[in-house]
Amino acid sequence: MKKLMSSVSPHFHGAITTQKIMLDVIIALMPALIASNIIFGLRALLVEAVCVAVCVLSEWGFEKICKKEVTVSDLSAVVTGLLLAFNLPVGIPLWQAAFGSIVAIVVVKQLFGGIGQNFANPAATARIIMMTAFSGTMTTWVFPDGVSSATPLAIMAKGEGDLPTYLQMFLGYRGGCLGETCVLALLLGGIYLIARRVITWHAPVAFIATVALMSLICGKDVGYQLMSGGLMIAAFFMITDYSSTPAENIGKLVFGVGCGLITILIRFWGNYPEGVSYSILIMNILTPYISRLTRAKPLVGGGK
Amino acid sequence: MGLRGTKVPHKKNTAALASEALPTPPVVTIPMSMHIGKPAKPVVKRGDEVKVGQLIGAPDGFFSMKIHSSVSGKVKAIDELTMMNGMKVQTVVIESDGLQEKSDEVKPPVVSDFDSFVEAVKNSGVVGLGGAGFPSFIKLGVKELTRIDAVVINAAECEPYITSDTRTIIEKSEYLAKGIEAVRKFMGVQRFVLGIEDNKTEAIEKLRADFASTDGVEIRVLPSMYPQGGEKVLVYHTLGRMIPRGELPIDVGVIVINVTTLAFIGEYLETGMPLTEKCVTVDGSAIETPKNLNVPIGTPIQNLLDFCKTKAEPAKILYGGPMMGLAVPSADNPVLKQTNAIVAMDEKEAKPPKTTPCINCGRCLNHCPLKLDPRAIARAYKLGEAADLDRLCVDICMECGCCSYVCPAKRPLVQTNKLAKAMLRKYLREKEDKK
Ligand code: SF4
Ligand code: SF4
Repeated sequence: MKKLMSSVSPHFHGAITTQKIMLDVIIALMPALIASNIIFGLRALLVEAVCVAVCVLSEWGFEKICKKEVTVSDLSAVVTGLLLAFNLPVGIPLWQAAFGSIVAIVVVKQLFGGIGQNFANPAATARIIMMTAFSGTMTTWVFPDGVSSATPLAIMAKGEGDLPTYLQMFLGYRGGCLGETCVLALLLGGIYLIARRVITWHAPVAFIATVALMSLICGKDVGYQLMSGGLMIAAFFMITDYSSTPAENIGKLVFGVGCGLITILIRFWGNYPEGVSYSILIMNILTPYISRLTRAKPLVGGGK
Repeated sequence: MGLRGTKVPHKKNTAALASEALPTPPVVTIPMSMHIGKPAKPVVKRGDEVKVGQLIGAPDGFFSMKIHSSVSGKVKAIDELTMMNGMKVQTVVIESDGLQEKSDEVKPPVVSDFDSFVEAVKNSGVVGLGGAGFPSFIKLGVKELTRIDAVVINAAECEPYITSDTRTIIEKSEYLAKGIEAVRKFMGVQRFVLGIEDNKTEAIEKLRADFASTDGVEIRVLPSMYPQGGEKVLVYHTLGRMIPRGELPIDVGVIVINVTTLAFIGEYLETGMPLTEKCVTVDGSAIETPKNLNVPIGTPIQNLLDFCKTKAEPAKILYGGPMMGLAVPSADNPVLKQTNAIVAMDEKEAKPPKTTPCINCGRCLNHCPLKLDPRAIARAYKLGEAADLDRLCVDICMECGCCSYVCPAKRPLVQTNKLAKAMLRKYLREKEDKK
């Protein structure tokens, strides 16, 4: 008889794996990917392909050079690549997109220890760095027909130009980054992720509700605020990132509210028309403290 | 609100199958210790004739238990066997004559009060039959009887595959009633709460019918959520009481007893036959016809596998279920007193999943019934921070396996927790010594 296997219990494991989770996120991003190509033309696909390819390659390369185990098969680099591309304008020079991808993977993710260890959201952080480095190209919004357009937030901030209609906003026909404009596609993806239990509703709902409430209080148009900028993509895909946000539900609510408040602060009183990326980064930095303060206590009994 | 947990596959393939007797094995190997405590001392020697129920191992110290022969026949050898925990124990190897003659020692006990009741439980050799194997006479032999206001009967049977408790309820409910009556009479407890998962419809119907007119017995049907049968979980879900860190059920006025154990006590009081036979679920992906078998204790696992036939070579064999069971080193290992299932897994089912880096998703802590943070425990353990392990309360971990089960990265969280507990114990001992 062959030698029997020996291992510590449990001897059963759930079907879920990191790779399956990432695959679900990729599936959830597909509607937005399709929408980006319909709205901004096929150059969108080029930017997306470059970001994904460079993210995967730089993860592979970094891990090879550092003699770490190669983890590209977990598909997390694909997710980062897609999210970064979705946060770039269609006209971005490809070398800049590649640069951003390397920053996201190498600087923000791998230098902090790789998957699960990064304290900041790779895509949001890379976007901020690119806004600083390439402020010109990062804020030039062109449609396929060559017409350039300001983003609705910029229009509202300046008070000049024609605002798109609610329907246009919902479908994504407005100036903005590739994957952030089509609210319909992002909602579909978000609902899919919640239904598949990849994410919970807490952070997205807290974030969206806070922005809605604060806009109402400040007398702004709630619909435009919610459908503008990177709010929807952030709500479902970025403030739900595992390693850079709190793991427990109360913490997720706090994180969402915090992101909402900072976004409002920047949008209404700051110098930038758009505040979502910054709010994510700031809340990422606060995450360890939020987690500690909202952490569920072990059930030690007594005193009850 | 209920405690957290997770859904695991039920695989209760044998729930509807009446238990069958395994043909008496030609040889049994009976270890002198099957659980915590000092091993018993063999009182028979090579060549001795023994009968079923005859004492073959006498207790040696407080935690030590009586061991009885499960077959009639001749002692072939006094041997040695390495147990799961790495300890070597003596075994009595008996060649069966196939007659299963009952020993003259087997007589119904005379029980008249608490002390004689506990003595009887002790003489029966019974231990916790849910798998824990804790000597029952110690559990029931509590000093301050007045502290107890309820007995929780554990019939949750939340592990995949296992149905031996279910079958005991269906087939031996009159003995269960006798066990309850004895505890009521001799221990003075008036309230009995039986917790059972809602996937055991037949057993629930049986219990409801049989105990409808019995005062003080509540049948509590609980959701099928793992680990419903964990002691802390069950006490909380049946009585709303949380057993505090480092304390026992008795500290919240409760005794928790497995349903098969209690039914056995009822049976022993009537027949006087000590624990020599056990109902064992034999299942798993390597088993062709899963069954519930009544097996003489000491029967080599291989005999059970042969009787149920294997459809693939077992790659891993467990004492108990897949969530908390122990992997046995060899199919020659015997069925123990507390064995409630033998799960034989084929290559595919046994294959350990590939471990990948933790993605910090929080699933482990969000599913831990005791709200522990296994990823933080793993981190603290890796850094050797024993004080942090104390703060993280790793000592209360019941090793139920929910965290490992739900982890997408397949981290060995239970394994780490076990190591972390040992580290914490050492740290606390050293701290104590310094004082
Ligand atoms: S479930 Fe696994 S991957 Fe998720 S936080 Fe816990 S240990 Fe990490
Ligand atoms: S930490 Fe312990 S008690 Fe919590 S789920 Fe894991 S094994 Fe169970």
